[in-house]
Amino acid sequence: MSLKIVVLAKQVPDTRNVGKDAMTAEGTVNRAALPAIFNPEDMNALEQAIRLKEQNPGSSVGVLTMGPPRAGQIIREGLYRGADTGWLLTDRLFAGADTLATSYALATAIKKIGDVDIVIGGRQAIDGDTAQVGPQVAQKLGLNQITYAEEILDCKDGKVTVRRHIDGGVETVVAPLPCVITVNGSAAPCRPANARLTMKYKRATCPLERPADDKYAALYEERPYLTLNQWSVADVDGDPQQCGLAGSPTKVKAVQNIVFQAKESKTLTSSDADVEALVKELLNEKIIG
Amino acid sequence: MNNVFVYCEIEGTKVAEVSQELLTKGRKLATELGVQLHAVVAGTGIKGAVENQILPYGVDKLFVFDGEGLFPYTSAPHTDILVNLFKEENPQICLMGATVIGRDLGPRVSSSLTSGLTADCTQLEIGDYDDKKNGVHYDNLLYQIRPAFGGNIVATIVNPEHRPQMATVREGVMKREVVDENYKGEVVYPEVAKYVPDTDYVVKVIDRHIEVARHNLKGAPIIVAGGYGVGSKENFDLLFKLAKELHGEVGASRAAVDAGWIDHDRQIGQTGLTVHPKVYIACGISGQIQHIAGMQDSGIIISINTDPDAPINKIADYVIVGSVEEVVPKLIKYYKQNNK
Repeated sequence: MSLKIVVLAKQVPDTRNVGKDAMTAEGTVNRAALPAIFNPEDMNALEQAIRLKEQNPGSSVGVLTMGPPRAGQIIREGLYRGADTGWLLTDRLFAGADTLATSYALATAIKKIGDVDIVIGGRQAIDGDTAQVGPQVAQKLGLNQITYAEEILDCKDGKVTVRRHIDGGVETVVAPLPCVITVNGSAAPCRPANARLTMKYKRATCPLERPADDKYAALYEERPYLTLNQWSVADVDGDPQQCGLAGSPTKVKAVQNIVFQAKESKTLTSSDADVEALVKELLNEKIIG
Repeated sequence: MNNVFVYCEIEGTKVAEVSQELLTKGRKLATELGVQLHAVVAGTGIKGAVENQILPYGVDKLFVFDGEGLFPYTSAPHTDILVNLFKEENPQICLMGATVIGRDLGPRVSSSLTSGLTADCTQLEIGDYDDKKNGVHYDNLLYQIRPAFGGNIVATIVNPEHRPQMATVREGVMKREVVDENYKGEVVYPEVAKYVPDTDYVVKVIDRHIEVARHNLKGAPIIVAGGYGVGSKENFDLLFKLAKELHGEVGASRAAVDAGWIDHDRQIGQTGLTVHPKVYIACGISGQIQHIAGMQDSGIIISINTDPDAPINKIADYVIVGSVEEVVPKLIKYYKQNNK
């Protein structure tokens, strides 16, 4: 059966590689110091989607992302690996969204895309680690959900069979389509960008990413696939009251750069004498042994 | 109305420890707010088997949903139990474990009720909030406190307008404490079909394996934990050797897990395990808040790091400035020599 698959992907700051300049002197996050990357578990999801497409002739994969214009890069990364299309949700009204407002925006866009068989994304994004958006999108679309997926084992006769991680083990579940799947980081890694597809799509951009005097204007005219879909709140018939900060029930009361209660610590060198003295001290005080 | 609810997770007929930890926390919050603590549990063949695992934590009213198809857990039936029950009961707070189940169920319930949900909280407190923009003052909100942004900051989240205020908490973060073995709470057994339509049972679990945990990090008195500074999978073997000598367990920071040097189930931190060992030996761990949230209550903390200014050194009792490869073998050597 041919499947229409939408991959949910997010551009995130790479919080795994935080250097010393990641925080400003005032204790706020210095976003400029963190590279923007394709959320890792969304990459695992993209791989599962492309595999499904390969196994089911006639299927299509589209990457849906929400963010500032530069998040168009997420769609390109998807196209380089075998996605067919993408949509960037970008609008100031989407800004400041918590997970609920984010899932509202994504669900609204998925309705606009229409007739989707599988919505698939990473279990969680590394900048929030909440794992909430997938289930919330599923609820808003009235679809079943399979979270923590490790592998899609089978997809036929309108049903999908998935092996998923559970606490202390694994289980296999069968769900009717359409459904929402979130993929765990333990799933297969994503294939690298394909050289031919990278050449084909390297100029693919959303209109907002383009400078006013874009020298590739003629190329875009000639090759319509280089113009990526870019949707505002109005384009997806969204309710501004349910988007962004306005649509977010959770509010951040305070943000602190944690200062640890410094202990009085003994600093030692790695010399034999120092290490042996420490071991003896710990043994004498019955801390170890 | 307006009570504190805890969703109790089960495996078969055994109530999860994390749920009992949350009942303990929920009891304290309910007492502070002057309301009741309620609990809800759903499964198959649990009537008569779960009540005495829940009531002793000070539960005033327990809702037991017992029916076919409620175990193993699937999203839709459990979601509808909570959503429909909460529409009747209007709780002000709902807590659940930040487990695979809690993180599957919580967002679905919160989306259905358009209430806010904060994942993986490390502290829960009651306090006031001033919405300066709209000039509104709120009393007695739930402060949902959690590290954010990869553990580089700690955020306090509130849900001023929407109820229930929902939060998930990982196992081991809150302390478990029985209030009274014979605590007199009311138990009710609602009719499942009134809450769950038949159409909810379409997702089928066809195969399920639960493995016995491969380690006992939670109960280990000594933990040797490795971070990115360990440098390689091979160097982790040194940590295993040291842990074996000390009769301890090996843990890891997220960076080491992400690097693929060690299994994910040994990750310590906000998004992993929370541990309270007598001795914590941090090897090549820089000490992001995300990690420290999971080990700060350790007795003695020893940090081995080439960087004398590594953040973790601030909370360490002993700092050894040096590489893991150099220091760990020496620790093993002198421990063997001196432990007679």
